[in-house]
Amino acid sequence: MFFSPFISKQDTVSQIMLKVLLALVPGIALYVWYFGPAILVSITLASITALGTEALMLKLRDRPIAPFLKDNSALLTGWLLALSIPPLAPWWLIVVGTAFGIAIAKHLYGGLGNNPFNPAMIGYAVLIISFPVQMTHWLTPHGLGQVELGFIDQLGYMFAGVLPDSLRLDAITMSTPLDTLKTRLHLDEPIKQIFGLPIYGHLAGHGSEMVALGFLLGGLYLLAVRIISWHIPVAFLGTLFATASIFYLIDPAHYVAPLFHWFSGAAMLGAFFILTDPISSPTTHKGKLIFAAGAGLLTYLIRAFGGFPDGVAFATLLMNICVPLIDAYTQPKVFGRKDKADGKDGGQP
Amino acid sequence: MRTLYQFHGGVHPPTNKAQSARAPIVPAPLPSKLVIPFHQHVGNMAKPLVKAGDRVLKGQLIGMPEDGVSSAVHASTSGTIASIGMEVVAHASGLPDLCATLIPDGKDEWAMHEGMDYRSAADADVRFALRLAGVVGLGGAVYPSDMKLRTGRHKIKSLVLNGAECEPYITCDDRLMRERAAEIIRGAEILRFALDAEEVLVGIEDNKPEAIAAMRQAAAASSDKIEVVAVPTIYPGGGAKQLIRVLTGIEIAAGVRSTEKGVQCFNVATALGIYRAIQFGEPLLSRIVTVTGNVRNAQNFEVLIGTPVNELVALADPLPDTNHYIMGGPMMGIPLPSAQVSVVKATNCIIAASDKLFPPAPPPMPCIRCTRCADACPADLQPQDLYWFAKAKEFGKAQEYHLFDCIECGACSYVCPSHIPLVQYYRFAKSEIWARESEKNAADKARERHEYREYRIEREKQEKADKLAAKEKAAQLAREQAAKPAQSASVPATTDASSEDAVQQKIQAAINHAKQQAASVKPKNIEQLTPRQQAEIAEIEARRAHIRELAQSHVDHPHVDHPKEAP
Repeated sequence: MFFSPFISKQDTVSQIMLKVLLALVPGIALYVWYFGPAILVSITLASITALGTEALMLKLRDRPIAPFLKDNSALLTGWLLALSIPPLAPWWLIVVGTAFGIAIAKHLYGGLGNNPFNPAMIGYAVLIISFPVQMTHWLTPHGLGQVELGFIDQLGYMFAGVLPDSLRLDAITMSTPLDTLKTRLHLDEPIKQIFGLPIYGHLAGHGSEMVALGFLLGGLYLLAVRIISWHIPVAFLGTLFATASIFYLIDPAHYVAPLFHWFSGAAMLGAFFILTDPISSPTTHKGKLIFAAGAGLLTYLIRAFGGFPDGVAFATLLMNICVPLIDAYTQPKVFGRKDKADGKDGGQP
Repeated sequence: MRTLYQFHGGVHPPTNKAQSARAPIVPAPLPSKLVIPFHQHVGNMAKPLVKAGDRVLKGQLIGMPEDGVSSAVHASTSGTIASIGMEVVAHASGLPDLCATLIPDGKDEWAMHEGMDYRSAADADVRFALRLAGVVGLGGAVYPSDMKLRTGRHKIKSLVLNGAECEPYITCDDRLMRERAAEIIRGAEILRFALDAEEVLVGIEDNKPEAIAAMRQAAAASSDKIEVVAVPTIYPGGGAKQLIRVLTGIEIAAGVRSTEKGVQCFNVATALGIYRAIQFGEPLLSRIVTVTGNVRNAQNFEVLIGTPVNELVALADPLPDTNHYIMGGPMMGIPLPSAQVSVVKATNCIIAASDKLFPPAPPPMPCIRCTRCADACPADLQPQDLYWFAKAKEFGKAQEYHLFDCIECGACSYVCPSHIPLVQYYRFAKSEIWARESEKNAADKARERHEYREYRIEREKQEKADKLAAKEKAAQLAREQAAKPAQSASVPATTDASSEDAVQQKIQAAINHAKQQAASVKPKNIEQLTPRQQAEIAEIEARRAHIRELAQSHVDHPHVDHPKEAP
């Protein structure tokens, strides 16, 4: 068939996803710089699992495999999940999380374009609930630990579960700056003293704050090439900042400064790469603002008062549930029907 | 400096106008034959006035406008009518339509024609002259111009002349404005006078500086207040609704006449056609057509209506790999069913197309809700939702989301990274809704007819039974009276009354039976109705109730008549 329009822009879904992957590179590079190459191994493992699961599910669903493997969406899910969990994790952790995200959260709902929840965040949620212990072994940044694990030893731990004789896991890993803060605040340590710990840097965690900065850079690139719009990052970071500010201003002894929240955990990754997933976020501008503001608020509440070390994943999933409702109630007025008098008698043939 | 307004969305496809805009307009030579459709305009088909074998003159009326919205059709040159019959025409449906085939005699001999003084003529006379001159909107909509001059009681503030020409490739209006600005302005003066408009705004996209300069010069010479405004180049800025928005800030919703908001819009070429028709009495016999695309000499031709497309494009020297032709631009044009079809009043452009020029789109991927379509939509719609509803055949929901406000400009399809043919989905949904509505209307009518027939049969049966009963009664009465002639006259009255009671009971039973039947028929497809559909259903129900009332009065009627029938 041949019909108008006869011309179209050259963009493809595959290119869009590829640009999002590219935008993750600065953050990943800084990750490697501060925490070593283990993250590259987990990203590779996640990529292979994601593509394999995608191909298997497409085959089971009797769909063409090649065009969907080339759309890069499964790769993106894998990368986002790998970046959300500790790099020094046993191999099966990343495999289970990725496979669950792709098979259950994506394909059982109808594949690309049909998943109501962010597949990477579903994968994360499954892991943090099922394997909480393995999910807390975060690598210590360079120069902070008493000992550092070599790359070969890291591989050995990831795939065989063995460490060099002299080492215990505690010596090379730590809990995240967010987690540490929460635990120590719980023990009534003053904030000043907590921030005196070597794991804290200028704004948030030493090293991890730079990785967050890398994601911010990548996010600005996505804004510049118009793959994402400003609504979600601004509303999310704005609400997170505002909520944190309120608590900080009321009680600075027990609540940290808002910038700490921006550069800790998955805030930047969430603002630019996770919440902005078009499939599981609202379509209207107003809806995006509400969605991201809700996620910002929930992230703060989970971080400050909840039981989990970070709140981005659950905030995302909880807001994903609301998307159809948000979309339905934020439909913009159409051309010529913006006044009340013109709004009636719509959609006549 | 005039304050300009923006409309939401829009896209910037490559314009590709330079190829055809360079050279002046050339009159296309007389073709070997002219195939002139009788239906080149919105509204009713013109009624043929000629038959095969008739000799006609240039400008002679061959198709008479019929009832309401319609327009005249003329012989584009002098010659002989070879046939009147069904031919494939330049229409998206690809279906044949009634056409006159005219073999030119080469003399180009004019029929008698004369102009009129529009200032002293009655408004209705000016409109009638345009109707008989076959002047219709040449921007592509081909709406009869005389109808657009009927403003009713609405006061027109702004007359908008559309010279935006936003579709890629097309340059016919551009060249026309550069070369015949003075005549266009004369046309604008006629329109302003006829509409009694306060101001005239000519909107031209700012990628046509020569046209803007020429039009400004011509406008300066006019005694009317005519402002030539350069508007930003953005597709679909040349859509009437979008141009009106940019120039006046007014938004005309779907289904609303712009005159209700004090605006009326004409294409620049239409204004010129109106000028020729009023000033000289010349009917619309030709138009400017851009021939471009996969050709060596892209340019604009002045083409007689009815010229076969293949003869026209031959003048521009199409390249050998040309495999089809598009009428209109690449965003909204239609693929021609064949190169044998003829140029009609709607033909602003013919694009020779090849797979290289318009490579087929990659296979569509699923929608990822990226909303680039929503960002591009000039009607502020949510194309990704409409697509979803159309695909799921949730037509009620599609209407609720203003499917019929879609102007099918193609901006959404143009930007879609999944390369989904969105506009096709909307066309599908619209046609399905139309089909369902007409089906439903037909079904309603059929049901009403059926119900009335049932009632009629029932009534006739009843009447027969009544007559029979009455006769028997009368006979019995006669016998009784013969037997007892001395009895009083009160007896027949009572028997009469009791027979009437019986009749009434029977009729009541029949009515109840019909009611029960009607109640047992359950309505179908009543989920997800739009307020409009509900209103329509309410209207139909009201109509049916009215018919029932009528039926009721019919039932009552025989009672009144009954005594007369009794002997």
